[in-house]
Amino acid sequence: MQEILQYFFSGITAGAVYAVIALGFTLLFNATGLINFAQGEFVMLGALVLITLWKVLALPLIVAFALSVAVVALIGILMERMALRTVRKPHPIVMVIITIGISIFLRGVGMLTWGKDAHSVEPFTQHAPVEVYGATLLPQSLWILGIVLIIVAGLQFFFKRTLAGKAMEACAISKKAAWLLGIPSEKMVLAAFAMSAAMGGVAGVLIAPITMSSYDMGTMLGLKGFCAAMLGGLGSVLGAVIGGLLLGVIEAFGVGLVASGLKDVLAFLILLLILYLRPSGLLGAKSIQRF
Amino acid sequence: MKRQAGLSFTVVVMWVLLLVGTGAGTVAWAGDVYRIGGIFAVTGPSSFLGDPEKRSMEMAIDEINAAGGIDGRKLEAVIYDSEGEPTKAVLAANRLISRDRVLAVVGTSLTPTTLAVIPIMERNRIPLVSCAAGIDITEPVRPWIFKTAQSDALAVGAIYEHMKKEGIERIGILTVENAFGESGRHQLQTKAEEFGIQIVHASSFGARDTDMTAQLTRIRGTNPDAIVCWGTNPGPAVVARNLQQLNINVPLYQSHGVASPRFIELAGDAADGIYLPTGKILVADQLPEDDPQKEVLTRYIESFESRFRMPVSGFGGYAYDAVYLLAEALKGSDGDREKIRSSLEQISGHVGVTGIFNFSPEDHNGLSSDAFVMVRIENGEWKLLDQ
Repeated sequence: MQEILQYFFSGITAGAVYAVIALGFTLLFNATGLINFAQGEFVMLGALVLITLWKVLALPLIVAFALSVAVVALIGILMERMALRTVRKPHPIVMVIITIGISIFLRGVGMLTWGKDAHSVEPFTQHAPVEVYGATLLPQSLWILGIVLIIVAGLQFFFKRTLAGKAMEACAISKKAAWLLGIPSEKMVLAAFAMSAAMGGVAGVLIAPITMSSYDMGTMLGLKGFCAAMLGGLGSVLGAVIGGLLLGVIEAFGVGLVASGLKDVLAFLILLLILYLRPSGLLGAKSIQRF
Repeated sequence: MKRQAGLSFTVVVMWVLLLVGTGAGTVAWAGDVYRIGGIFAVTGPSSFLGDPEKRSMEMAIDEINAAGGIDGRKLEAVIYDSEGEPTKAVLAANRLISRDRVLAVVGTSLTPTTLAVIPIMERNRIPLVSCAAGIDITEPVRPWIFKTAQSDALAVGAIYEHMKKEGIERIGILTVENAFGESGRHQLQTKAEEFGIQIVHASSFGARDTDMTAQLTRIRGTNPDAIVCWGTNPGPAVVARNLQQLNINVPLYQSHGVASPRFIELAGDAADGIYLPTGKILVADQLPEDDPQKEVLTRYIESFESRFRMPVSGFGGYAYDAVYLLAEALKGSDGDREKIRSSLEQISGHVGVTGIFNFSPEDHNGLSSDAFVMVRIENGEWKLLDQ
């Protein structure tokens, strides 16, 4: 019982981070139909910028957090402006390949800026771990879950209650129709890039204290986030969160109950099964509405 | 939705391709000299090995040349970067042999890359002195293949001897999923019986995993006397932190793979109390004056730190020893590879940075378990334990 609970705690912590990365994929996919390869690199940048701002420059955590996310969002905007909008014939495959190039570029920048070694940083707060029926719940896990909850609530509010959110949703449904109605779709795409990159940044900030951060951490995390997004159904905010948590928990139980070597195998097996059996994901467009 | 699935498949395939990198090596050339090749993982994830090895090799060559070279001839190094990848190591090995026509090769840094270049070296009859630890390199003995790094078996022996003294009988092991971890797991399992130790649970983690609490929870459930973690940074630092977070009060042993100041930096105060085997270089200043290696170690550390203005690592010594061993074998060889090989095989009592080498036709590693000492991390410092 104690072990089961521990696996669950480990799983939802990792899963919450996957969920935030998956949200990044989903937000961008909704507004542009694009899958951004550099999403994992945004996570890496978020983590390493936080380490620089918080640990090296000793800024207050909240300032370092906000600045890190802002820096990554800015990089997302630059990416859209400089690399993607300038493409003459925006065929999906061309765009995807450009994002691959950007991801390799960002990894190179990360390596030159922060070196090849891993870096670590303290948890957000120095509370003792909480004991729950013999299992240990880390304060950082609570931070992560709390922040993910706030993000999801915020996104729901944004898409349901604000004009900008509805405009973005309109762009997602039909870019042309939205444009005919006077919605500045280019601005909406830019905003989607900023938000998607910011999600990557948040994921990086959240994960930095529980693991070691290095320039090459992004690829695997990006792939896991993509698995989560596909699992939940690409394009659904709720799906991304459920997909992420589910993936994290499945991984943790796979390690705990079956064999530790199966961790990544499980994630990719799920991805393949989902692509094969139900490409729209668990909560994909067929079963529920996108937002 | 069909098109989306197709795109997603493409995306996944491309992602896999992304895991591949790029790079280039360095070339040097001169006249009538003894030319020695080097292949190290200078960049890439294993640069913590390759970078100090390359520097140490260059330093050893310069030292030997400053002292007049060998039989009046200077040494020259041609070093390529393998980035830790077997394919690139093979390319470098072929280039060293066919283009640079080297007499012997030092490297590579890793077991998989060394195993990949061994067939080429044997086919072309070129002596190879590897800096990698895997026992498969020198067991079974291949005539042309030597190595300077201590085998994992010696590290396991040092750990088990210490456990025996502490009365530890039941252990859980946690190894990284790569060649280093696999080799460690294999040695831990095969040697356990000899020392009367029982492995109650064996688990593993991926080299890039971010959280090992699930594995540690499972190990905790089996109630071990100690936990052994076998890997290279950053995984073992995550294990150390998770162990502290889960409040598991069981002694943690790490492998020599994390014997660098970087590990203490990454693990923070979770590093305190960890036991690990390491080469003597890490605790050179704590060694007794009568230790036979003390003089070599002090000299190596001083020249490395004054030349490169960076703290010495525990790994550069493998390449430093390899160059000095080759230099000794080159004496009187007149550049004949067969002579170099047979005199390498006869070197005995060579005091190096890593240990005292006694090569023989049956032993191409030449080290014994005294090449390792056990240390404990206390307040972020290495503390030499009584042997």
